[in-house]
Amino acid sequence: MKTSYYRRIERFKDTCIRGILFSSALCSILITAAIVFVLFYESIPFFKSVSFKQFLFDKQWTPLFSDAHYGILPLICGTFLTTLIALILAIPLGTIMAIYLSEYASHKFRETLKPLLELLSAVPTVIYGYFALLFVTPLLQTILPSLSGFNVLGAGLTMGIMIIPYVSSLSEDAMHAVPMPLREGSYAMGATHFQTAIRVVIPAAFSGITSSYILAISRAIGETMVVAIAAGMQPNLTLNPLEPAQTLTAYIVQVSLGDLPHGTLGYQTIFVCGLTLFFITLCFNIVGHSLRKKFREVY
Amino acid sequence: MVTTFKAQVQNLHFYYGTVEALKNISISIQEKKVTAMIGPSGCGKTTLLRCFNRMHDLYPGNRYEGEITLYPEGKNILDPKVDPIELRMRIGMVFQKPNPFPKSIYENVAYGLRVRGITQKSIIGEKVEESLRYAALWDEVKDRLYHLASNLSGGQQQRLCIARTLAIDPEIILFDEPTSALDPTATQKIEELMETLKEKYTIITVTHNMQQAARVSDYTAFFYLGELIEFDKTENIFTNPKVKKTEEYITGRFG
Ligand SMILES: Nc1ncnc2c1ncn2[C@@H]1O[C@H](COP(=O)(O)OP(=O)(O)OP(=O)(O)O)[C@@H](O)[C@H]1O
Ligand SMILES: [Mg+2]
Repeated sequence: MKTSYYRRIERFKDTCIRGILFSSALCSILITAAIVFVLFYESIPFFKSVSFKQFLFDKQWTPLFSDAHYGILPLICGTFLTTLIALILAIPLGTIMAIYLSEYASHKFRETLKPLLELLSAVPTVIYGYFALLFVTPLLQTILPSLSGFNVLGAGLTMGIMIIPYVSSLSEDAMHAVPMPLREGSYAMGATHFQTAIRVVIPAAFSGITSSYILAISRAIGETMVVAIAAGMQPNLTLNPLEPAQTLTAYIVQVSLGDLPHGTLGYQTIFVCGLTLFFITLCFNIVGHSLRKKFREVY
Repeated sequence: MVTTFKAQVQNLHFYYGTVEALKNISISIQEKKVTAMIGPSGCGKTTLLRCFNRMHDLYPGNRYEGEITLYPEGKNILDPKVDPIELRMRIGMVFQKPNPFPKSIYENVAYGLRVRGITQKSIIGEKVEESLRYAALWDEVKDRLYHLASNLSGGQQQRLCIARTLAIDPEIILFDEPTSALDPTATQKIEELMETLKEKYTIITVTHNMQQAARVSDYTAFFYLGELIEFDKTENIFTNPKVKKTEEYITGRFG
């Protein structure tokens, strides 16, 4: 009697908990869907007055000027250029640090250094922005005197420093999870430490390492503060990192902070840029996901 | 028939930090014979096996005392001056659980050659085929050499690990319970393989399976609590053990 009562209560609890878990999952999906909906909804009027062709192929982005141009290319170019510079710094350095921490460092050293590294990503990005403007750029100017005060290079490098912990920490986790017998198998064949790290541990941890790269890329594409402060606010269709430029995110901040009235074309550009950003990150995530699935390793 | 020593363990003590896992072990390994190590769980079989290729060097705090002399040159391989990487090129090891690398079947077998800096395709290709044939795996995998090794069955994976060891032409092969994760058919294949392997290689194997020790080995060593209790020809150990503990163990009265 008593046990069956107890069992019934447990069953009821189980149902409740399942309901709570399901609704929280549903909530996050609904919120994402709502954001995407708003982006689309607010962008539609924009594309009624600006043709797709102009949007994709015009070489200027000057929505707020009297001679308005609506070519997204300069912003995309700025976004990719800063991201590329950040990744050129962060991916090799982060990966090397991960290899060192996972395969060479003593247990004690790793346990001290990892939290310190992760602290780097806890620094507010606005501080990184001023770091880029007031420290990195002047430093670069001593080598490159022609460098302008606002430039892509300084902002990109600073962003790279900022995302190193994402790469190193997540890659290290993935490498550390590679089972010891696999490494021993390699050592038993007469491989050196380095050969084991490069030829066995990295391939075995490949899926986790790719995830860390994808996260770093998404983070770099979405980063706002550093580029808004240090890269200058000029849409600029150039591949020269010594010039100033503007990214999609920086443009969104700039316009959001202004006082554009609702419903104007200028106001709608915010959402169009948001939508573009959303598509870019979506593409990276899909590519990353399929890469990860393809190389998923079961130990 | 003349037998020669391949290796000789003399007064070996081994410490995990302060824990003494091997106590004064002396044992001689005959060339081109199978030497089996038996004993209850925790008696130090794995520990001794891993002394032969200095696997313990990978972890801090481990300490050897005593000597293991490797012939023909008669050098003590526990000497810190001996490079463990060079040593491991001469002494292969097959683990308890198959541990193929996350690479293709072909690359698994080629691994030992590649880490030695050999790059000629023809040499590697020949060696891969020869090793896979020798490990009795060639016919099963020749059509999918470039597939991931993790797709093979457990028994096939273990034979792949043997093939990968054969590819580096070791002088001694160490087996640590190579069949404990396998079903009877796969186990039988590995046992038959050991039989052919001893024509060319010296084999040291750890096993929990008495029948297996009796079937495959020429010499058997019985360990108990880190000590070598008895070491003799396998037929003597199984038919006429001199120490009571050995008899109790092989007849299954304890352990
Ligand atoms: N890394 C280690 N650190 C400390 N002690 C260890 C370590 N590895 C093994 N030991 C101890 O050393 C002793 C011998 O262990 P070993 O693994 O050699 O036994 P074994 O005979 O191979 O046992 P099994 O048949 O279960 O594999 C055991 O008492 C074990 O607890
Ligand atoms: Mg063992």
